[in-house]
Amino acid sequence: MTSAQTGGHTAELRGFRQVQTLAYECAEAVAAQLKPGVSEREAARMQRRWLRERGVRDWFHLPFAWFGDRTAFVGFRIPLQFFPTDRRLEAGMPFILDMAPIYKGFTADIGYSGSLGPNPLHDKLITDLQAHRELILRGVRERRPLREIYQDVDRLMVRQGYANRHRAYPFGVIAHKVGRVKERRSSPHVFGFGTQSLKGLAADALHGHRDGWSPLWSPYQFSDHPPQPGLWAVEPHLGFRGTGAKFEEILVVTDSRDAEESAFWLDDDLPHVRRWAKETCR
Amino acid sequence: MSEGGHMTGAVAIEGARERRVRADGVELCVAELGDRAQPTVLLVHGYPDSKEVWSEVAVRLAERFHVVLYDVRGHGGSTAPKPLRGGFTLEKLTDDFLAVADAVSPDRPVHLVGHDWGSVQGWEFVTVERAEGRIASFTSMSGPSLDHMGHWIKRRMKRPTPRRVAQLLGQGAKSWYVYVLHTPLLPELAWRGPLGRRWPGMVRRAEKLPQGGYPTPSLPTDAAHGAWLYRDNMRARLAHPRDDAYAHAPVQLITPLEDPFLSEQLYDDLESWAPRLTRRTLSAKHWIPRTRPDQLASWITEFVMATEGGRPAPTATGKYTDRFGGQLVLVTGAAGGIGRATAFAFAEAGARVVAVDLDAEGAARTAELSRLIGAPESWAETVDVSDEQAMEKLAEKVAAEYGVVDVLVNNAGIGLSGSFLDTTTEDWRKVLDVNLWGVIHGCRLFGKQMAERGQGGHIVNTASAAAYLPSRSLPAYGTSKAAVLMLSECLRAELAGQGIGVSAICPGIVNTSITSTARFTGVDAEEEKRRQRKTARLYGLRNYPPEKVADAVLRAVVRNQAVVPVSPEAHGGRLLSRLAPRALRALARLEPPL
Repeated sequence: MTSAQTGGHTAELRGFRQVQTLAYECAEAVAAQLKPGVSEREAARMQRRWLRERGVRDWFHLPFAWFGDRTAFVGFRIPLQFFPTDRRLEAGMPFILDMAPIYKGFTADIGYSGSLGPNPLHDKLITDLQAHRELILRGVRERRPLREIYQDVDRLMVRQGYANRHRAYPFGVIAHKVGRVKERRSSPHVFGFGTQSLKGLAADALHGHRDGWSPLWSPYQFSDHPPQPGLWAVEPHLGFRGTGAKFEEILVVTDSRDAEESAFWLDDDLPHVRRWAKETCR
Repeated sequence: MSEGGHMTGAVAIEGARERRVRADGVELCVAELGDRAQPTVLLVHGYPDSKEVWSEVAVRLAERFHVVLYDVRGHGGSTAPKPLRGGFTLEKLTDDFLAVADAVSPDRPVHLVGHDWGSVQGWEFVTVERAEGRIASFTSMSGPSLDHMGHWIKRRMKRPTPRRVAQLLGQGAKSWYVYVLHTPLLPELAWRGPLGRRWPGMVRRAEKLPQGGYPTPSLPTDAAHGAWLYRDNMRARLAHPRDDAYAHAPVQLITPLEDPFLSEQLYDDLESWAPRLTRRTLSAKHWIPRTRPDQLASWITEFVMATEGGRPAPTATGKYTDRFGGQLVLVTGAAGGIGRATAFAFAEAGARVVAVDLDAEGAARTAELSRLIGAPESWAETVDVSDEQAMEKLAEKVAAEYGVVDVLVNNAGIGLSGSFLDTTTEDWRKVLDVNLWGVIHGCRLFGKQMAERGQGGHIVNTASAAAYLPSRSLPAYGTSKAAVLMLSECLRAELAGQGIGVSAICPGIVNTSITSTARFTGVDAEEEKRRQRKTARLYGLRNYPPEKVADAVLRAVVRNQAVVPVSPEAHGGRLLSRLAPRALRALARLEPPL
């Protein structure tokens, strides 16, 4: 992406928005079907089936589902532990559905947090995520180095009394770049990640390495650069004593000089945003 | 059954209305307190006691409940069966209980509470069919079901693993008095003679009982009659325990951990007999109705209310819920780091939490989240621990509004680094004011309340590994923490006699915000900022979580540990300070890499 919202761009963003909406619809549909006794594997399979039925053929990564204290990645040591297990859902348990479908070449990567029945603690975590969404957007619009924004998020989490759980993701990323993917007949994946997307990420990493930026937004030195124009899937993840909550959605970064246009969330009509709006109305 | 008559004799319970209830060949002396319209709580005493053992608990419970106590047959104001032999079987005791329950609460089941033999009886009542529907809940203290105990012994005899043999021998040794009571005549003679005279003094000294109308003058007769409780039931039940002794009401088990007569392991398999079981433990000896009336009244109240409301009793899921459920815990420096993690750990264990900090917003946040993870109540208080008057006000407010603190965690502290010659008097004052005087005020004010209440408690002071690791860069901080360590040790010695434990925690390098607020002396503001950042980064790399320190705090209280190093470097340092102090002195000369 080189300039702000030209016609082509609007069309492209529409594509991304469409798949992101589709993914969140999937999350809500699957969440509505969850009941006590459903396992993580089953929940992941339900997401997969729902999206395949609606034309998704390729994935940035296959759907994940985490239940109970796995929402806070308790005791996670190796990346294999992210994959769905036979953990079964119980009443009051928090859960997270995380999926990254590719539809007509557009990638989405979303995270949906919920709980099976009332869970006041989990509600509180979701409410507290709102401040992070605002903090991240503000930081990016101010063109602060990504690493510093990451540290701001960290500090806010500590102040809120929570632990930073996105640190458990590969490279500790709070966000990563996503882009368009060529549609191929076959779409193999390794360790849950689509090869096409990995190729895109690797290409970005190579370019970035030459120009001093990285497609991974991490706490490390290689993220010590201003926001790079493009689409970033942002996923702040809070953890608190065995309960975790996150959202994940796409942040559009452009090179526009206008603050509002330099960075904006791809779509504000998302479950968590609607939920916060309802909370503030109350 | 008939009522009437007036009871004479020593009645030590204030405001009690007395009546007599006739049951199978005996007349029972029954006392009632409180509003009859409220749920009935029925207290049954043990051996060698009379209903007056409950006097302190009863008056506390009477504020909310209809409280009923009676003297077991042959004890206190109740008459003894004739002949004595065969008159004390559990079947007859069940008749007595049902007679009393029908007299005082004919329409509603009662909430039964038993201590010692009262609890042994309670288990019989709550597991026999004919009392089903008459008991709403049962709180058991220091008295197992003889049937459960019979099975417990049988299981261990049948498959004697080393551990099981040890458990058998342990309980066997603790039961020495049971064998003595089985000898004929001798116990009666002893009780009516020298033992009866000496017993009040002996038990007061051994159990550290407070002064008061206990034991009552009827003790020699009570104890002589009560020997038949053992003779009529023990051998028969232990040899042939019932197989259907399942509880038909929810049970709360309160176990004093220092009980010289009963080991905790007796209750290991209790869940299979009482599926709706709530466990509570407390650090005390056998006579808890005398030594811990506040705690018992609060647990009984909570359990009765929960049963009446149909709610499950505890919502907290933490590791030490049995120990800290409903207790009042005050943590200073609770807006972040170790203090906040400690408050959360206590909240998870079901404690009521007072979060104290200078940072009002942070303290409020700690209190709010505490409620979400299991604290039944929590409050935030904005106080500077170094401010004597503010601390006095806090202590008054806490005592008046929330109660006497059961566990106090003096955790608030600030960091100060830099050479001695660069440290100004102002720097010294600041660090000593918070780190030392804050602890002194806390111990002085809340420790005094604990001691005056006379029902135990625990004080935890956050010292530091710097308390025993000399360093050229931490003269003021290390001094303040060394003082806290010694203060804790001295206070521990002083308060031990009153059942109040004192622990000093030495965390080591823990990833908290103390680094980013620490003062560095002898450098300009910019250099100070840089050093704060650098230290924060190093502490972040070490990344030892405050949650582990919080776990150590709870463990220290449960085990009543004196000095608790937490992280490996704190442990290593303590070892070195004993084995090779000269090596530490050499290390102390090194400049830290900042």
